[in-house]
Amino acid sequence: MSIAHYFDTMDYGSAPEADGEARAWLKRHEATFGHFIAGKFAAPASGKHLATIEPATGKPLARIAQGVAADVEAAVGAARAAQLPWAKLGGHGRARHLYALARMLQRHARLFAVLESIDNGKPIRETRDLDVPLAARHFLYHAGWAQLQEREFADHVPVGVIGQIIPWNFPLLMLAWKIAPALAAGNTVVLKPAEFTSLTALLFAELAADAGLPPGVLNVVTGDGATGALLVDNPGVDKIAFTGSTEVGRLIRQSTAGSGKSLTLELGGKSPFIVFEDADLDGAVEGVVDAIWFNQGQVCCAGSRLLLQEGIAETFRRRLIRRMETLRVGPPLDKTIDMGAVVAPVQLERIKALVETGVKEGAEKYQASGAIPAEGCFYPPTLLWNVHPSSTVAIEEIFGPVVVAMTFRTPDEAVMLANNTRYGLAASVWSETIGLALDIAPKLQAGVVWVNATNLFDASVGFGGCRESGFGREGGREGIYEYLKPKAWSGRTARAKLPPLPEASTEGAGFGTPSIDRTAKLFLGGKQVRPDGNYARAVLSPKGKPLGEVGEGNRKDIRNAVAAARSAEAWARVTAHNRAQILYYLGENLSARSDEFARRIGELTGVSPAKARAEVEASIERLFSYGAWADKYEGTIHTPPLRGVALAMHEPIGVVGVVCPDEAPLLGFISLVAPLIAMGNRVVAVPSERHPLAATDFYQVLETSDVPAGVVNIVTGERDALAKVLAEHDDVDALWVFGSQEASTMAERLSVGNLKRTLVDHGLALDWYDRAASEGPILLRHAVRVKNIWIPYGD
Amino acid sequence: MGGAHVAVGTFSQSGASADSLAPHGVPMAQGVLRPNPSAVPVQPHGRDHNHTHAIARNSGRALEMDWVDEIRINLSAAERRVASLPGRRTVKKDAQAAWLLKAITCIDLTTLNGDDTTERVKRLCAKARAPLRGDLLAALGFAGRGLHTGAICVYHRFVATAVEALDGSDIPVAAVSTGFPAGLIPHDLKLKEIEASVNDGAQEIDIVITREHVLTGDWRALYAEVRDFRAACGAAHLKTILATGDLKTLRNVAKASMVCMMAGADFIKTSTGKEGVNATLPVTLAMLRMIRLYEERTGFKIGFKPAGGISTAKDVLNYQFLMKEELGRDWLEPELFRIGASSLLADIERQLEHHVTGRYSAFNRHPVG
Repeated sequence: MSIAHYFDTMDYGSAPEADGEARAWLKRHEATFGHFIAGKFAAPASGKHLATIEPATGKPLARIAQGVAADVEAAVGAARAAQLPWAKLGGHGRARHLYALARMLQRHARLFAVLESIDNGKPIRETRDLDVPLAARHFLYHAGWAQLQEREFADHVPVGVIGQIIPWNFPLLMLAWKIAPALAAGNTVVLKPAEFTSLTALLFAELAADAGLPPGVLNVVTGDGATGALLVDNPGVDKIAFTGSTEVGRLIRQSTAGSGKSLTLELGGKSPFIVFEDADLDGAVEGVVDAIWFNQGQVCCAGSRLLLQEGIAETFRRRLIRRMETLRVGPPLDKTIDMGAVVAPVQLERIKALVETGVKEGAEKYQASGAIPAEGCFYPPTLLWNVHPSSTVAIEEIFGPVVVAMTFRTPDEAVMLANNTRYGLAASVWSETIGLALDIAPKLQAGVVWVNATNLFDASVGFGGCRESGFGREGGREGIYEYLKPKAWSGRTARAKLPPLPEASTEGAGFGTPSIDRTAKLFLGGKQVRPDGNYARAVLSPKGKPLGEVGEGNRKDIRNAVAAARSAEAWARVTAHNRAQILYYLGENLSARSDEFARRIGELTGVSPAKARAEVEASIERLFSYGAWADKYEGTIHTPPLRGVALAMHEPIGVVGVVCPDEAPLLGFISLVAPLIAMGNRVVAVPSERHPLAATDFYQVLETSDVPAGVVNIVTGERDALAKVLAEHDDVDALWVFGSQEASTMAERLSVGNLKRTLVDHGLALDWYDRAASEGPILLRHAVRVKNIWIPYGD
Repeated sequence: MGGAHVAVGTFSQSGASADSLAPHGVPMAQGVLRPNPSAVPVQPHGRDHNHTHAIARNSGRALEMDWVDEIRINLSAAERRVASLPGRRTVKKDAQAAWLLKAITCIDLTTLNGDDTTERVKRLCAKARAPLRGDLLAALGFAGRGLHTGAICVYHRFVATAVEALDGSDIPVAAVSTGFPAGLIPHDLKLKEIEASVNDGAQEIDIVITREHVLTGDWRALYAEVRDFRAACGAAHLKTILATGDLKTLRNVAKASMVCMMAGADFIKTSTGKEGVNATLPVTLAMLRMIRLYEERTGFKIGFKPAGGISTAKDVLNYQFLMKEELGRDWLEPELFRIGASSLLADIERQLEHHVTGRYSAFNRHPVG
């Protein structure tokens, strides 16, 4: 093509990025890689390799090692050996290493960018301008946390050896998100990259070793899902952090249940992109481009559900279609394209099939008319119009460059539609009215909300979801806690088994005037109600003396309790001041009856009057403590590098099941329920099975303290059976289980239905009188979820 | 594209109040064909245009306050769009040379200084006729194709000089007017200044708006003012300078753009070059979106002219990318795109020499204007 030709057509022509260095690196390794264990490449124990392709051409690219048990064992062993010295190096020492890793990434930025683009198929623009700089930023930022760790996290210690499994959509960036906080906090890592895209992880490990990272601190084991499963199941691993599909996240939750491994899951999404009629429509159209045509739509937090206010829907459709026409799809290394290749043929087929289904179910399909390369895994930018919430494509994550659109009438309806999904990762809100935008953001079930923006990321701002999008945060102060554990919980020992109660004594009471019968019912929706089955169970003293009877709660009672808790949603929105007042009032009213409660505890547990009184006093103090925290456990304001802020809000998780221990029947119950309601959650509590009367006596305290109906619901009965119903209930957002190891395992395993967050004690007893271990942020952190609301501003 | 044009003069004006604001007695020339400043014999629009392409002249229309009130523009979102564009689009090698040659045809070669003299203006006119060294033109395959800049832009005092110096060249003379750059002389003098420049042969009039009208939200006053300027221009084309650096917000810029187009502007232009901040990409984006919207609603294609601060080849390419992406191919031609610049040409010359020779060039190797 001549200059004159270009002068006439004003076409762009192609602008290929040179790939010589990246190809040379591959050649140096003969395009065949081992694992990276203890500071060097190690041949796979099985001798087997997997072939990977270059998505843009479909041609073979490299052979990566298929990890087997021996490889995983070796990597975990290397990580274990390195962990103590790495932790002992201290914050400053680790800060130096993380700083060096950031500098290493910057030094080799273009090599990483090109290799990533070749391996994944994403445009060089993105790897060069986003993936690599954000990865470097992550290491720099976390070098800072390492530096400050001894001061800022003095009451925490590293978790240990972390197994990390990352997806193929942001191979290097996800590596950074995973390993930077883990290493900063003093953990060592075994990383399993996705089998489609392992190359930048191997390059990173190699260059990290060159940059002086001690052997064993970072190990990379490659392979397919089977290798990942081996890592998940390896007993030498203390924590698993996973980013990937909800399906695999569920399997990981199931197989780690009861193992004591802590877990972070960052899973799928179907994130809403809400455009109000007063939005900057052209800006929002560009937002859609960044939401769904970024990384070929292979983004867990992609704004894939377009919700448009009816009045502007048609205008928006026209403008969006016009904008689609200017999108260029082409070879990833071409610097004049907007979209590259989808990662693999299997993904391409899935996208095609889902779009076909969408059209069959009534969607109108619009695709950009621009040419796409004939060879390789390419799919055009696609809009599905007129999609209804019940359509498959409105429900399923497509993970491709396909956005589905529907309309809404009012802000309320926008929120309803936005939240009408099993997922809860991200959301985008477009409105030029600050009051509207800031009203909507907190109402969305999502871990991240962008106001008049989308897909903004930074190391200083936590990222992560709720519901079936997983739990845990990456980035920010909130993300560091995922890689630390409280010192106060380190010394816990297995809860002593209580001796079985003797048979109930049947001595008659004689002819004295009997006390008035007080059969405790259940406490549901602010009322004392009879249990559904209409059975009661006897409560005995340690000596077998009948002390009373409580309702025998069953599945339906749990169902009713959860429904009552769900409908008490307003509690999440009352002011923190109001919640504080009610917690103080609970303390006041408990205090007024402290003699009665002390007597009851004495009868129930057989402790001395002084001890019983101490438990009541500690309970009153705990209520005061959470009254104090209610308006003080606040979120933070992050300052990512943009003109704007990110508000890390502490939001209630929702409906939380609480299964209480037998020891300290009042204090244990209060210690678990109070932090939850202080933060705006609603609770379904199952009190101590053995000593439930301490909790049932509390009904009257709740009733006289202005606690709104449904905020605290109490179901007595067979504790583990009720816990199981809670674990399996898909409208319970979180579950706390303090009791046996078996109950903990069961709760974790059964939580997979809706991937509820769990806090379990694995049968390790907490000292409820030890404030450091059982009061304050140590539990409050589990009583909130952090939502980051990004608010860029300027006029 | 021709079919999309709304026939001039058929625009219905609704409502008596709107009528009263409509241009009255304005001799709106119909479909004035601009002298094609580029003599390069090319299909001006590349793809499917076999017919002679004419840009139908904006007739203006009644002031529609809804079109102003509804404007929303988010600064951060606009900034993100323009920040990512240079990473999404680039031109290399022959394509780059072609784009830079095209940029030359869009330059309004400008001198607007207190010490301008007749001889200075003549020198500039000579440069406008021969913007690139002959050997470079030949090496690029453009010898004998009469490549020249889009226009010469001067104060009224030098219009006649420039017209004479450019005689026979097809290069129009643009006059800055209406009390440029502050625009605070009496309104009737502004109209007289326009008429005087038109009488001296100016084919384009670059007016400045009264910023006060924008800053106080007096859109009716702005509309009336620009409508009068348009009437005074007659057949000469009206470029309205918004002085975006004074307007501060993109919202003001977008609203002023829309009002000026409704009042009959042929071009909207960012700056005088004298404000603290001149052309920027976010401001450009705001104005281009208004041009797109105005075309959607009326069928008229309005031109865009960034001015001030565009001094490198790299800068101008980013403007060209934005034009093409936001408005389309038509807006890369001098009929719809001008660049107000005084030092840009020198950098383009150096880049083109580098393209030809492979060696980095120096300013002194290229004749000055």
